Amino acid sequence: MGSITLRQVRKSFGPVEVIPGVDLDISDGEFVVFVGPSGCGKSTLLRLIAGLEDVTAGQILIDGQDVTHAAPSKRRLAMVFQSYALYPHMTVRKNIAFPLKMAGLPPAEQDARVGQAAGILNLTPYLDRRPGQLSGGQRQRVAIGRAIVREPAAFLFDEPLSNLDAALRVNMRVEISQLHKKLATTMVYVTHDQVEAMTMADKIVVLQAGRIEQVGSPLDLYNRPANRFVAGFIGSPNMNFVEGEAAARLGAHAIGVRPEHWQLSTSAGALQGTVGVAEHLGSDTFLHVGLDGGTPIVVRAPGEVPVHHGDRIWLTPQDGRIYRFDAQGMAL
Amino acid sequence: MARTVTPARKLTFTLLAWGVGLLIFFPILWTVLTSFKTEGDAVASPPRFLFFDWTLENYAAVQERSPYVRHFLNSIAIALGSTLLGLAVAVPAAWSMAFQPAKRTRDVLIWMLSTKMMPAVGVLIPIYLLFRDLGLLDTRSGVIVVLMLMNLPIIVWMLYTYFREIPAEILEAARMDGAGLWHEIRHVLLPMALPGIASTMLLNIILAWNEAFWTLNLTTSKAAPLTAFIASYSSPEGLFYAKLSAASTMAIAPIVIMGWFSQKQLVRGLTFGAVK
Amino acid sequence: MATRHQRGLARLMVAPSVVLLLGWMIVPLAMTLWFSFQSYNLLSPGTEQFIGLMNYRFFLSDPAFWAALTNTLLIVGGVLVITVGGGVLLALLIDQPMWGQGIVRILVIAPFFIMPTVSALVWKNMFLNPVNGLFAWIAKLLGAQPVDFLAQYPLASIIGIVAWQWLPFATLILLTALQSLDSEQMEAAEMDGAGAWAKFTHLTLPHLSRPITVVVLIETIFLLSVFAEILVTTNGGPGYQSTNLTYLVYSQALLQFDVGGASAGGIVAVILANIVAIFLMRLIGRTLD
Repeated sequence: MGSITLRQVRKSFGPVEVIPGVDLDISDGEFVVFVGPSGCGKSTLLRLIAGLEDVTAGQILIDGQDVTHAAPSKRRLAMVFQSYALYPHMTVRKNIAFPLKMAGLPPAEQDARVGQAAGILNLTPYLDRRPGQLSGGQRQRVAIGRAIVREPAAFLFDEPLSNLDAALRVNMRVEISQLHKKLATTMVYVTHDQVEAMTMADKIVVLQAGRIEQVGSPLDLYNRPANRFVAGFIGSPNMNFVEGEAAARLGAHAIGVRPEHWQLSTSAGALQGTVGVAEHLGSDTFLHVGLDGGTPIVVRAPGEVPVHHGDRIWLTPQDGRIYRFDAQGMAL
Repeated sequence: MARTVTPARKLTFTLLAWGVGLLIFFPILWTVLTSFKTEGDAVASPPRFLFFDWTLENYAAVQERSPYVRHFLNSIAIALGSTLLGLAVAVPAAWSMAFQPAKRTRDVLIWMLSTKMMPAVGVLIPIYLLFRDLGLLDTRSGVIVVLMLMNLPIIVWMLYTYFREIPAEILEAARMDGAGLWHEIRHVLLPMALPGIASTMLLNIILAWNEAFWTLNLTTSKAAPLTAFIASYSSPEGLFYAKLSAASTMAIAPIVIMGWFSQKQLVRGLTFGAVK
Repeated sequence: MATRHQRGLARLMVAPSVVLLLGWMIVPLAMTLWFSFQSYNLLSPGTEQFIGLMNYRFFLSDPAFWAALTNTLLIVGGVLVITVGGGVLLALLIDQPMWGQGIVRILVIAPFFIMPTVSALVWKNMFLNPVNGLFAWIAKLLGAQPVDFLAQYPLASIIGIVAWQWLPFATLILLTALQSLDSEQMEAAEMDGAGAWAKFTHLTLPHLSRPITVVVLIETIFLLSVFAEILVTTNGGPGYQSTNLTYLVYSQALLQFDVGGASAGGIVAVILANIVAIFLMRLIGRTLD
């Protein structure tokens, strides 16, 4: 069991308030991703849950039990750090066994559990190596192994993939998702990469300046962003915003259209512009268009589109795919 | 640099550097050679460099003058004792300053270093009188405590610079893995910092072994380490060069050898991490 | 960054070091200050009395004090010039490509590990002695009159001995710094057409400025209180020619048993060291970052 509840959790470092007050419910078995730009307080929030920092005010409950003032070791949580934080002087086997040793498990039991974890993570051939002799992906697996042997109430991941190269990152993303399906344990995952958030999460928590901007499933956030920040943060490439007359016509301060929701035409449409750069990827074509008013727009068209630098084109938003925002940035 | 070096150039520098190196090392070499001469050969003119009657009699004679073994043991006790005591006090302090720095940590570190600046003579008299009244004059424990206090700032500083290289995330990982403070220090911090702790020990043993203000002023015979024992040769009695050399060789050999092995760490330790 | 519990524990763990050092600094210093206002001689116990600044007046008007002050500064300055200058040259030399670099390093560093009493006695007897010393023999070889160094040039001799002990230190630190000089930077400078001299003045010297500062700082700490070398070679003499402040205070306290006067001297030495220290700590503080 591993439900986590935050009630009015606040955190200040001296006079600086990093988290002005967060309420959040994470149910047992859920995969929750905290996402936001760097400095938004997502890592701090994770560390508060871990107990590595203490809260300035508010309550943290795990399975209904108040752990606000409990030491990290008493919270039944396991954490995977950005740098993996492996113990360099211990072999992989000892690294993975360390939490079990601290828990005072008998050696035979430790061995059995380490063997099992190593099996799941394909680490069996490396058990007697030291972290320094492993590749980045292998270290990552050891860190995960060290987390799973304890059978914790929940896993905490702090940007675990940011030190891996692009290809490996995609693999590990899938592996972590599969692990979650297999273990069905609560996972709280921090990242600044919205693609990771979209692909892995059951529930995404978007944070900015220590505040929760929106909580919801990936498609909720994609289809119904609560405000301009979430709309701009979720989805890749980012949503295009157009202000001024075009927006006023729809009764909004600004309108947002995702790159994949434009219709292209060389003859007629709602807005006209000039193609700056055309990126032909084969599967998609990305057009960087400067509207006649000066607003830059990114368009994603499926397949191969015969448009090139300097071409004049017309753009029309697809029906029902226009997001409207008021002057405060809230969705209308 | 990858550029090729002409053999002539290399040879020139080799000869020059070896020449200068041998010149600087010569007094030590000469001392060691003299320790194997008879007293007559030691003062012979012209000096005899290698062709003399090699003898070990001086090493035996040194023990007769004053129990050399006792002074040697005193040196070991004082150097090791003050270093271990210092480590015991400094490890927790350095841990806390490296991983839980407060606003004042930097000031505390600088202040600690500044205590090294206080000239020993400024406190010689009270320490001497206190020691006299407490019966600590000429005792090992007295000297150990004073040298520990002398070197404590250096020990704290060195450990601090080594500890700071350990990523805080690893200690946090230990905490998440269920380790309490003791296990965190015992299983993670100390093993990871072991090379640093070893070089800290080494440097402090060297400093304590060679310390020659407090050891000369606070000991007379019973607790006198080798520094004080050697000083007793400053009032010569007859022919004594060979014996002085033998005593000197024995006094410096262990520490010179230790020093050679710890050159690299020495730089770092003596510059408080400013030069690595 | 951590929890309150951890921070509390951390403060507790610094406490022993701080308390010990504070005690070591404050208690004896306060006692020295107290004694310095007393007429207090160990030979006539029971006659202690408060005499205000009399000890300071005596100490500061004593020609021995001015001689000792000058000698202290000469020792610090002389040794610094020799070791830093010689250290730069030696470090540059050893950094050149050669055979047996490691062994040369070992030869050069060795004097640093020699205990002061040993090096002073070896130099005094086996090198500087006007009858049996090696220098006397060399002088005779050259047809010159042997010099009694410790009688005729006591201070210079002591500076020489101390410089021999500290030259390795400067060399080792400067060499370590030289070896950390970025070779890409050097290659870039070569591409830019810099000659050997230009590379030395524009890259090497600026790179060495920080380690040189460090060497000066650390040597100064130790050189201000040179003691054993004087004790076993000249006993401060002839006259006060080789007496420094440390030795002067020692002789007043433990040879003349004048606790009051020696304490005043001790306080003067502390003040002098503090003037140097304030300036040094600033520099060290900057090298911390």
